[in-house]
Amino acid sequence: MLHLPVLRWGQPYTSIDVDQVVHFATGEPIAKVSRANGGLIQRDIRKAQRARDVLREIPIDELIARAGAAGELYMNATLPMGDGTQTPDEFVRAQSATTGLPERMCRANMKKNAFVLAEMRRILASLTRGLAFDVLSSGHGEERGVPISFQAQSPVVGLVLPSNSPGVHTLWLPVIPLQVGLVLKPGPQEPWTPYRMTEAFCQAGVPREAISIYPGEGDVGAAVLDSCGRNLIFGGTATVDRYRGNPRVQAHGPGFSKILLGDDQVDRWEQYLDVMVDSVFLNSGRSCINCSGIWASRHTREIADAMARRLAEVRPLPPDHPDASLAAFTVPGVADSISQAIDADVQAPGVTDVTAKYRDGARVVKQGRADYLLPTVVHCASPDAAIAKKEYMFPFVTIVECPEAKMLDEIGPTLVCSAVTCKPEFRRSLLDAIHIDRLNLGPVPTTQLNWLQPHEGNLIDFLFRARAFQTAEL
Amino acid sequence: MHPSPLDQSSAAASGSARAPQDALDAWVREVVAWHFDPASGCPFWLEYAKTAGWDPRREIKRFADLERFGQFEDEWLRGGPVQRWIPKALAGRPVFVFETGGTTGVPKTRVAVEDFRIDYELFSGTLPDQYFPKGSNWLMLGPSGPRRLRLSVEHLAQYRGGICFCVDLDPRWVIKLIKKGWADHLQAYKDHVIDQAVTILQAGHDVRCMFTTPKLLEALALRLESMGTTIRQAGITGIFSGGTEFTPQWNRFAHEELLDGAYMTPTYGNTLMGLAASAPSGPHNNYKITYYAPQPRAVIEVVDFDHPVKLVDYGQTGRVKLTTLTKEFFMPGFLERDEGEREPACDRYPWDGVSGVRPYRGFAATTTVGVY
Repeated sequence: MLHLPVLRWGQPYTSIDVDQVVHFATGEPIAKVSRANGGLIQRDIRKAQRARDVLREIPIDELIARAGAAGELYMNATLPMGDGTQTPDEFVRAQSATTGLPERMCRANMKKNAFVLAEMRRILASLTRGLAFDVLSSGHGEERGVPISFQAQSPVVGLVLPSNSPGVHTLWLPVIPLQVGLVLKPGPQEPWTPYRMTEAFCQAGVPREAISIYPGEGDVGAAVLDSCGRNLIFGGTATVDRYRGNPRVQAHGPGFSKILLGDDQVDRWEQYLDVMVDSVFLNSGRSCINCSGIWASRHTREIADAMARRLAEVRPLPPDHPDASLAAFTVPGVADSISQAIDADVQAPGVTDVTAKYRDGARVVKQGRADYLLPTVVHCASPDAAIAKKEYMFPFVTIVECPEAKMLDEIGPTLVCSAVTCKPEFRRSLLDAIHIDRLNLGPVPTTQLNWLQPHEGNLIDFLFRARAFQTAEL
Repeated sequence: MHPSPLDQSSAAASGSARAPQDALDAWVREVVAWHFDPASGCPFWLEYAKTAGWDPRREIKRFADLERFGQFEDEWLRGGPVQRWIPKALAGRPVFVFETGGTTGVPKTRVAVEDFRIDYELFSGTLPDQYFPKGSNWLMLGPSGPRRLRLSVEHLAQYRGGICFCVDLDPRWVIKLIKKGWADHLQAYKDHVIDQAVTILQAGHDVRCMFTTPKLLEALALRLESMGTTIRQAGITGIFSGGTEFTPQWNRFAHEELLDGAYMTPTYGNTLMGLAASAPSGPHNNYKITYYAPQPRAVIEVVDFDHPVKLVDYGQTGRVKLTTLTKEFFMPGFLERDEGEREPACDRYPWDGVSGVRPYRGFAATTTVGVY
């Protein structure tokens, strides 16, 4: 069985405490993972500046090239994985086996990661708005005749990573080319991407001293956040609330992403059905960019019915099946508890589980140790229903009836909003709405990202501070 | 200073394989006779005997007979009047009350007259003089307040001929800070505690020995390292520490990266039990930590989760069950909030031990599931 050690600035460290990562359906052990303790991180972080120093010895242009090479290796090469090796196919099988994601989704997420690595130059050029990269390396320069200075706020970025959606790794891939080191705490069921990506970077010429990986429990995540000057964490609403306003932590949680159908377009809702279904269903509804609410002033019952009929066809399939599209819940009890919460909410007046009539049997399907939640479409006659703004980690959507004039006041925080409307005044209000992060005007699936644009804040602004800088001759 | 219990323990540790069990059984009879004698017992147990329908003094002949008491209820120790636990034979003596738990609700309380001193005198006998030199001064860096730890460590230092400096940490406040998410306050409080410890270590008091918690030891070592020195260079030669964070991995980490050659021994204990010492631990046994209760004054058993009257086999996992047997406090069959593996006797401690001590899974189960 594979053993994945702690990586302390590239140096493997075998812990006395070892966790097993098991197959989600059979319970078969897939790998042993050394568990770090918080003190290791606090001690190692003293050498964090070394990570940035060794990266700054390599120009950003060259690191971008190496990132591209890393993408190729990540996609195609047999790479070291702990004390063994992994082919790309073995990587996909392992990731699927421990996370419950179908293999085809694991492959799709691999492609996303590789795409970001391949397009790194364009992505960084966009995020920096065309800034000369050497300004980030040296800390100062000149632009249009004006002195400029960008100061890295931390030599390393800490990442407390999730297990449920390997696509989120795209967010941290630009960090190394920006000459900033990585302190990674992998999700307990998904150690694979951090280790494989690290090996890909290192084989492509990134210094091993630039990356640490600390698998472990809550104390390890806390130590990472405590130790690094800049951090990204992935969690639920409570996590996001906890770190709100903390300049050292960018918390990524539920997206509550939505599609709004304007009054001028809602009568043509059938034209947008594919966009709506894809937004809810792609990646098994696990992403923060999946749509969890479709809002319109009329036709909501027809929309809910059409969505329910389409999604009711979905059934769990074996993870290696080419058509598998539903991810399993690997933590016992979670699917049941979500389903019970939905059942409780649909008791409210004006709330209907529209999928119930198209389903044979219960919402929860149990297969071996794994549970699946079948897609669920809930109609809400008003935004006041408690379930109207809820989000769950499976294909779940509420179809909410709400006058267009009230929508922006009612939708709440929204990571991605696809607004289907041509009305200039509604578009203007959407552009001005500060509780919407990513705005798509037109029938754009909420899951469709333009990688050249920032996601939940610009990474450059998070890692670097623009400041005044002057020099005088000596 | 307190010959009776010390003699008990010494007797238990020598002689034939049967001797510890015989000594324990004899001590059980003596303690039960004391606590259920209307002239010497405490109101709680005398009342218990009145309603039990059986006479413990007649029917408890050996340790195994204590099963008749069933499970000691946690709630019996919460709330007052605390005087119901004071044995009549100790009436008029100065009484201490110590608390355990108490993060929320009413904490459990235990009365004590001399027990905490006796327990730490017994523990003193397990400390190697080479690392805990007699006559040297101590630093108690950890919780004081309503716990017995501060007075106990201070007594330990005095018993060994030294003076104890104390720096307090209030764990109930720390838990509140964590729950509120006040990370800055938490860090400031930790810094405040470590500042005081560093000041004492730098003040020329010749502090050689220390009690502290694993978290504070880490923080102190890292602070000293940032100042260009180490725990050992600051003068500390011997440390004892404890808590469920004291895992083999942490033990190894501390020895390899924090202590700079200072000696450290793990302990397991609380207000209700006393102090369980550890068998020697280090690279030779992969830093495994096995605790042995200070028999016969306290007995640790590792019992089946579902049938807590049944011991698990050696090496198997079960819940820690504690029985405290002193003239000041009788507590048979208390299920601790910890679990671990049952371990056989060793040369130094000829009775069962427990390793891998960690929070009991029934209480430790996380409720944060299925999120990013």
